[in-house]
Amino acid sequence: MDKDAGSIERVFNSGAGAIVTKSIGLKPRNGFPNPTVIELEHGILNAIGLPNPGIDNFKEELLKLKKLNIPVIGSIFGSDYKEFVTLAEKMQNYGVNALELNLSCPHAKGYGLEIGCDPNLVKEITFKVKKSTKIPVFVKISPNLANITEVAKSAEEGNADGIVAINTVKAMKIDLELQMPVLSNKIGGYSGNAVKPIGIRCVYEISKNIDIPIIGVGGITTGKDAIEYFMAGASAVQVGSAIYYRGLDVFKKICDEIKIWMKHHEYNNLSDLIGAAHK
Amino acid sequence: MNYPKVLKIIETRNETSDIKTIMFEYPEDITPGQFFMIWIPNIDEIPMSVSFIDKKIKGITFKRIGDATNALFKLKAGDKMGVRGPYGNGFKINGQRILFVAGGTGIAMIAPSVEKAINKEIKTNVLIGAKNKSELFFENRIKKYGAELFVSTDDGSQGYKGFVTDLAKEKISNNKFDQVLTCGPELMMKKLFELSQNISFQASLERYMKCGFGICGQCCVGKGLRVCKEGPVFNEKTLKNIEDFGVFKRDASGRKIKF
Ligand SMILES: Cc1cc2nc3c(=O)[nH]c(=O)nc-3n(C[C@H](O)[C@H](O)[C@H](O)COP(=O)(O)OP(=O)(O)OC[C@H]3O[C@@H](n4cnc5c(N)ncnc54)[C@H](O)[C@@H]3O)c2cc1C
Ligand SMILES: Cc1cc2nc3c(=O)[nH]c(=O)nc-3n(C[C@H](O)[C@H](O)[C@H](O)COP(=O)(O)O)c2cc1C
Ligand code: FES
Repeated sequence: MDKDAGSIERVFNSGAGAIVTKSIGLKPRNGFPNPTVIELEHGILNAIGLPNPGIDNFKEELLKLKKLNIPVIGSIFGSDYKEFVTLAEKMQNYGVNALELNLSCPHAKGYGLEIGCDPNLVKEITFKVKKSTKIPVFVKISPNLANITEVAKSAEEGNADGIVAINTVKAMKIDLELQMPVLSNKIGGYSGNAVKPIGIRCVYEISKNIDIPIIGVGGITTGKDAIEYFMAGASAVQVGSAIYYRGLDVFKKICDEIKIWMKHHEYNNLSDLIGAAHK
Repeated sequence: MNYPKVLKIIETRNETSDIKTIMFEYPEDITPGQFFMIWIPNIDEIPMSVSFIDKKIKGITFKRIGDATNALFKLKAGDKMGVRGPYGNGFKINGQRILFVAGGTGIAMIAPSVEKAINKEIKTNVLIGAKNKSELFFENRIKKYGAELFVSTDDGSQGYKGFVTDLAKEKISNNKFDQVLTCGPELMMKKLFELSQNISFQASLERYMKCGFGICGQCCVGKGLRVCKEGPVFNEKTLKNIEDFGVFKRDASGRKIKF
């Protein structure tokens, strides 16, 4: 629901505060063959393989959104800092409000996590993108890292304005009848409620070690899930898979549930909850 | 759950040299116009409308055009494939008299829709169109069930020579229909939409699909309408506001492709 102007407008009208685009690269990319997305008992497994129309075709969608005044965070992926900088400059020219660097997609060769696991590359890419743009730059990182705080720190050292955590968790499903992995790419990324404890732990660990804001994502389905992320140290949250579990009005539902919880617990400012678990 | 159920094919039937039906046991309720995601292991997973509906047994009917459909075409009784669904909404069938218009493989999903209408004792006229005689199927099935059937072929090798929309124009001006329901090439459906003017109208759209359950955003038209979820059947009020209808679709990358 994040690929074309019409969908983004619909999600915005359903109560989201801002919309992160599908990750966009330099050239059109079909992604992997199907099966690419399946549902498991406790979450969603996908390896869509970064399908996107390419930045030049995506321009028209972004210009439409600009006219509608919808806050858009442009997600981009590249194989080196040069690609990231080109994409970032174009995104900024087409009017996005902020950038998200996808350094964490777990299933595309030469992109995402393959770069995002190297703290030096993360720092270099972030630094170069920051230098060539004026809008806020967030770095999205992966839970599939032993050195997650080190990577988050290197993004901070590269002058990132915030960290987005987490992307999907590397996972696989084997079909018993066919005795083979279901996804064509075999390995995919797991999302939905099952990954929430992993996301919470990542946000908690990162926020102990860095000073820039964190955007929490991973399994958020209810207002209470969002509050748990705030307590772990997130200043804002993103919602993906829950669109499937609770419908498009999930954004409004989550906002309402946060308000109810705060009222019940006599909180007036959300900021009082951020990092509350770090006592 | 949106996970492919791996099952054995019960029976296959050749409808024409390029069109085949596959029957399998799948005891879920399904409405004509809904579809499955069919997994052909090691090849692809593709959307396919239901073409036969029985309590226990379901069928799909397809034309071989590329990798996936060619691989599917080769499968025989006893072979395994994965099925998930049903997905989407299906036709809302009501009124006294309905005109169905099908083009090409659209005939596959129109057949069970016609049967549903006749079961509801609705007077049913059916127009089916194909490039030539060898691409026509289900004519006997539709006639036997009690519908009034008219056929057109582009080359005149069977029935009326010309486009099925020319035939539709004549029927619409000579009869009073409560509904026009259609599935086929999008430009055909768009033309039919214009011809239908103020008659209640529903068309079944095809878009590239990945998840089939509304999460990946691949199949969206207009203002974020998911063809796999809010469609594939849309009524005249919705179609009027879908700027894509009859103008462009998107490929697997999301790029626009003009019709
Ligand atoms: C809701 C729906 C119901 C359908 N029902 C039928 C049916 O009953 N009978 C029938 O013959 N065909 C049906 N189709 C079309 C069928 O899905 C395509 O013919 C099939 O996917 C082609 O795959 P291929 O690999 O053989 O061909 P390719 O050479 O890969 O592609 C040929 C064409 O099929 C389209 N296509 C390929 N993959 C997909 C996909 N994942 N989703 C959507 N389109 C795709 C491509 O855009 C291209 O235009 C339906 C499509 C949709 C969306
Ligand atoms: C179908 C699907 C597509 C996704 N595409 C992207 C993408 O293009 N870029 C990206 O950074 N993350 C992508 N993600 C990851 C999500 O943004 C999010 O980090 C993850 O799903 C965890 O959050 P959730 O549990 O709320 O879905 C995708 C997830 C899903 C399920
Ligand atoms: S195919 Fe994924 S949203 Fe429709």
